[in-house]
Amino acid sequence: MLAYIFRRLFYAIPILIGVNLLTFALFFVVNTPDDMARMQLGVKRVTPEAIERWKVERGYDKPLFFNAAAMGVGQLTQTVFFDKSLRMFALEFGRSDDGRDIGNEIRTRMGPSLAIAVPTFLLGLYVTVSLALFLVLFRATALDVWGVVGCVMLMSISGLFYIIGGQWLVSKVWHLVPISGYTSGLDGFRFLILPVVISVVASIGANTRWYRTLFLEEISKDYVRTARAKGLSETTVLFRHVLRNAMIPILTGVVVVIPLLFMGSLLVESFFGIPGLGSYTIDAINAQDFAIVRAMVFIGSVLYILGLLLTDISYTWVDPRVRLG
Amino acid sequence: MLHSVRFWVALLLLAGLVGCRPVWNDPYPASEGEANVMYSAFTNRPKHLDPVQSYSEDEATFLYQIYEPPLQYHYLQRPYALIPAAAAEMPKVILLDAAGRELPPDADPAKVAESQYEIRIQPGIRYQPHPAFAQRDDGSSRYLPMPAEDLARARQLGDFAETGTRELIAADYVNQIKRLAHPRLHSPILELMGDYIIGLKALHARLQKDPAAQAWPATHIDLTRYPLDGVQVVDRYTYRVRLRGAYPQFLYWLAMPFFAPVPPEVEQFFEQPGMAERNLTLDWWPIGTGAYMLAENDPNARMTLVRNPNFHGETYPCEGEAADQGAGLLADCGKAVPFIERVVFSREKESIPYWNKFLQGYYDASGVSSDNFDQAVQLGGQGDVLLTDEMRERGIRLTTAVAPTVMYTGFNMLDPVVGGGSERARKLRLALSIAIDQEEFISVFLNGRGLTAMHPLPPDIFGYREGEAGINPYVFDWVDGRAKRKSIEEARRLLAEAGYPGGRDAATGEPLIINLDTTGTGLGDKARIDWLTKQFRKIDLQLVVRSTDYNRFQDKIRKGNAQLFFWGWNADYPDPENFLFLLYGPQSKVASQGENAANYANPEYDRLFERMKAMADGPERQALIDRMMAILQHDAPWIWGFYEKAYVLQHGWLMNRKPGKIIRSALKYQRIDTALRARQREAWNRPDIGPLFAMAGLALVVVGPAVLAYRRRERATGRKAA
Repeated sequence: MLAYIFRRLFYAIPILIGVNLLTFALFFVVNTPDDMARMQLGVKRVTPEAIERWKVERGYDKPLFFNAAAMGVGQLTQTVFFDKSLRMFALEFGRSDDGRDIGNEIRTRMGPSLAIAVPTFLLGLYVTVSLALFLVLFRATALDVWGVVGCVMLMSISGLFYIIGGQWLVSKVWHLVPISGYTSGLDGFRFLILPVVISVVASIGANTRWYRTLFLEEISKDYVRTARAKGLSETTVLFRHVLRNAMIPILTGVVVVIPLLFMGSLLVESFFGIPGLGSYTIDAINAQDFAIVRAMVFIGSVLYILGLLLTDISYTWVDPRVRLG
Repeated sequence: MLHSVRFWVALLLLAGLVGCRPVWNDPYPASEGEANVMYSAFTNRPKHLDPVQSYSEDEATFLYQIYEPPLQYHYLQRPYALIPAAAAEMPKVILLDAAGRELPPDADPAKVAESQYEIRIQPGIRYQPHPAFAQRDDGSSRYLPMPAEDLARARQLGDFAETGTRELIAADYVNQIKRLAHPRLHSPILELMGDYIIGLKALHARLQKDPAAQAWPATHIDLTRYPLDGVQVVDRYTYRVRLRGAYPQFLYWLAMPFFAPVPPEVEQFFEQPGMAERNLTLDWWPIGTGAYMLAENDPNARMTLVRNPNFHGETYPCEGEAADQGAGLLADCGKAVPFIERVVFSREKESIPYWNKFLQGYYDASGVSSDNFDQAVQLGGQGDVLLTDEMRERGIRLTTAVAPTVMYTGFNMLDPVVGGGSERARKLRLALSIAIDQEEFISVFLNGRGLTAMHPLPPDIFGYREGEAGINPYVFDWVDGRAKRKSIEEARRLLAEAGYPGGRDAATGEPLIINLDTTGTGLGDKARIDWLTKQFRKIDLQLVVRSTDYNRFQDKIRKGNAQLFFWGWNADYPDPENFLFLLYGPQSKVASQGENAANYANPEYDRLFERMKAMADGPERQALIDRMMAILQHDAPWIWGFYEKAYVLQHGWLMNRKPGKIIRSALKYQRIDTALRARQREAWNRPDIGPLFAMAGLALVVVGPAVLAYRRRERATGRKAA
């Protein structure tokens, strides 16, 4: 298995270079270094000289991909792309275009993102799997039919509606928790309840239907009939046998997102005033801060690759027949 | 059993967390119940808090409370008036001719070769407590050089155990003016000030040759080693600034943080190795002598200002406008400011949570956006603005003021169709100026929060004229005591005279198509574009909208590739020069990357502008401005849009808040009745747990029978009992 892991990590290198290249190309199709300078220096009284100085100071005065004025390998290395990409692989993100240390920001913001994402993930998984099993338990009854109708209804509602409606109902009408805000420590719990509950409710429709489908497929298999024939109760059949055997498709969708929990949620963080990495990324895009955008896309790619690797490894854990070689 | 115990412990913890509060949705710590704290919000994180770099409204909210330039604006007087802040009196201005002879104050600006501003600051002003001033017993600096163990612990300024202070001296102001020329700091006003302050550009050139100037992490440059010809320390409390020519607007700049003091030892403190990597920089932790100091800097979530214990003191003004007495704005006359101990700014990126928290009493004031306009404001029969019953019941007050801004639709004067000085193009521009009904736009899209512009100068700025004398006679008539837009027939007539009868080129018969460049692509923008297209159709013209992103839009404007575009200007200071330079020829965007986005050039206007800008306010200046207005109205390089009207809502417990966008150091004058706020919050936010029980009951109703049915099914046998 170790050989497999090393091979996968080795494959990650060209993928990351490709992602970096694509990010770079897409970003600079939309923005030029002059645009970035103007965004940082402001729109009032900015002179061409000031823009030039800003570019030189931050290394954006070089050609993007190919330096025809340089000699030999310098034609590729004395470029913005090379300058800005190489250190990323050593996880040195440098400073943002407004001069702040990106690594420091990421470390600071990771906590708030995880404070929302981890409980949402765990609670969401627990609730949706339980609901799916509950519907399967009552399959082909009115409860199942109405449950599915409810799920479709929940799926049809925009995520934004859950947030705005939830804030209005729970905080403004019932006055139970703060509308938005964040603080670290135990008192922060008050601020997390609403975004976590809303995120879980928003995920119920789609996830419950998906898991229900997986369980229904599983429940028609021979081993389930055998278990019933042995006289096991329906709950034992579902929780001990069906759930375990449905783990591979569940893990496929679940494990891959675990590392990405670090990246935070763009919408939830924005509406609930959570100072996490999701809102950091959005702010950077709005501010045309390439250094941050590039760093966040890079980290996202690394985490996604890590998630896929963990998914593969988790298969061997839930299904002894799977061997990684 | 164990699970059950854990559950009850968790439940008790939760109950403890929320139950000890009278209200559960209070986003602030329970200990702050009746504390003398003001709660406000900010949307965009500040980029720069270094006073030579900062040039945006988002940052001004913080900086103007911390830094204390020599001058400030009188809080209540309108039109805006400058008064001393850290200065002991208004600067002494000496005008000199080319031979160095002193000229009278009302000398012809053309004869002034140099202006000298001598500024005397009040003795005894002390800086806020700061580690850069901390000293050991032997008088040496506690943190210079920085001990490794102190650096290792430090993540924010409060992590340094010791602080100190020192007296403000004139050299600190001189140091800051030199910092304008620092290459690494990219001051946005370097080019402008370089044209006036003698030797500033030369200093910039010298500093660029210093390798430390570009280094990252920042390396300290001792600016005392670099003399600046135009700025000298006269004595401990006095300094002198020498400017080329006459530039009376310099006084306004002296009321901005660009000219606030920065002590050299603080720069040296922050520019030590390892500090920048921890975000311990002057750009992150401002230091001043103002009423407040920054205690918490988390621009992702919260910024907190606390009262500066070393503030030298100031009293609340006793004079203002006629209406101020009735509005209760003079009740605190003569009392020491600031009134508020702490100001907490929370980051609210979305308007809905901000608005709801304001209604719950968790923010003390709020603007009125289009989304919540109908909930907050209603228009009376006479077109007067009234609060809705809901707002009045909560004791909320509304204040309005026209902001020193101008929004307009610009013609690119380099464009062969709409631009240029030909009569044909001028009449086309005038026809469009009449056809586009700004009053309707203000009513439909701004809920009346605007005032139709007749020219670039907004109210409260010298030169603005009210009534019949102030109207644009090419677009409006004065009828029954009010301005009435000319008829659409007049616009059609002008269009025909321009060579486009019925919207078609008389020579070719082709329809005339006008291109509008805009950045708006959202739903709201679509409605505005549809409305504008309708305005063009009134005179049978076709409008083509070229929506693009902001970068491309700016690029088009810089290169002069636009034909018609929306633009606006937010004043730096309340002087007509700061608006009229937007149409000054040498400021042309295409020719010189200036602020004249329309690329308008009129030699007579330019000559008048050059005379007017250096004049003191008075009848002669007014006459020049009147003539300049007449030229602009005749040439119509802009479709004069509107001046924004700011609507501010404030709770009944917030006192002494007077709108005035130019006055940014307003926090120190405001006061809060904290007892009233605590009572109101409690009354408005009592938790309602009934719905939770109802939901639990509903879940039982649904799940209970299902579980019972399941159990019956599990217990049932395959065969019915005999």
